[in-house]
Amino acid sequence: MEYIDYYQVLGVDKNAGPEEIKKAYRKLARKHHPDLNPNDKEAHKKFQLLNEANEVLSDPEKRKKYDQYGKDWKQADHFEQARSQQQYQNSGAASFSGFNEGDFSDFFTSMFGHTGGRFRNRQTKFRGEDYHAEIQLNLTDIYKPHQQVLTVNGKNIRITIPAGVENGQQIRIKGYGGEGIHGGPNGDLYITFQITNNTKYKRNSKDLYTDTDLDLYTAILGGELIIDTLEGKVKLKVKPETQNETRIRLKGKGLPVYKKEGEFGDLIVTFHIKIPTGLTEKQKELFQQLSKLS
Amino acid sequence: METDVILLNEFCSTHQVEISFIRTLEENGMIETVTVDQSKYINTNELPKLERIIRLHRELNINPEGIDVINELLNRLDSMQQQMNEMKNRLDFYTKGN
Repeated sequence: MEYIDYYQVLGVDKNAGPEEIKKAYRKLARKHHPDLNPNDKEAHKKFQLLNEANEVLSDPEKRKKYDQYGKDWKQADHFEQARSQQQYQNSGAASFSGFNEGDFSDFFTSMFGHTGGRFRNRQTKFRGEDYHAEIQLNLTDIYKPHQQVLTVNGKNIRITIPAGVENGQQIRIKGYGGEGIHGGPNGDLYITFQITNNTKYKRNSKDLYTDTDLDLYTAILGGELIIDTLEGKVKLKVKPETQNETRIRLKGKGLPVYKKEGEFGDLIVTFHIKIPTGLTEKQKELFQQLSKLS
Repeated sequence: METDVILLNEFCSTHQVEISFIRTLEENGMIETVTVDQSKYINTNELPKLERIIRLHRELNINPEGIDVINELLNRLDSMQQQMNEMKNRLDFYTKGN
């Protein structure tokens, strides 16, 4: 258990008066409030510490105990023993910002028990805390709807991830967050997807891009080419006199469009014409003849 | 589609807020209520937003007008984060081959 310097947390001097403490707390609370810093776990922790610090330093009795035992907090055991002899009644309510009992630091709990929180004694109904989770998927996983079981707070949740989900996209699963307090509704579960590209294709939203080599003779005379797509190989006709960097769009061979069943993006193939090397004398002679013709 | 509603009086009583505060929010267009048989209800879909407003009001002493501005800025922030994510994905397309 680490000693926490509540004066340092609030950035005030040890001799700071109640007004100075209040002002420092309000200023920092505005900066680190979880509602103003969504998805920022550090801000959430910082706000929790600020609440603790304010809880202690704004209460003369608690501040006195903190000043007395704070530095050598282990001595607080004596205080703790005395305190535990009293009938301790835990209201079980969470503080207003969605913190529960476990959100107070061990240091705070050892010093003051579970009594913190400005709104602690209210038997009010509150919506449970929102949970945030991250799921790592491969690009090939999102070609079809993907089923996955998540364990959130010991509960298994079977979710179906729609095909075509974007990298960094967030979805909300209503009611799968923290339990509501005193009968309030549950919070929501927010899932962010991190998609790793495990293919040779480049992705731009629903479209895929790939490069392919084309030999000089097929480029000039035309022919056929086999192209790999996510759903297998397809045969592609190459027109005669195809230029280098020519792009061919294979309709519907890209990624599924998110939440639009049966709709797909395209696969765009760029040809890179390979100039033959190591020509024989005969080949060089024929190219020279060709150059004289043109 | 069925939606759950909570009686406004009950909400105010359990959250210990004045009905006048909710009315102010409604007048500012920050929340919507439903009136059935002369009783006002709050749609549960509005709860996360409403509870956030109450938290900001109580914990940071911000008035409804200030919270309205914050909500607007948070919505813009959310929209910008989505745009940034899209741009990042597009940038990855040109740099990492994602």
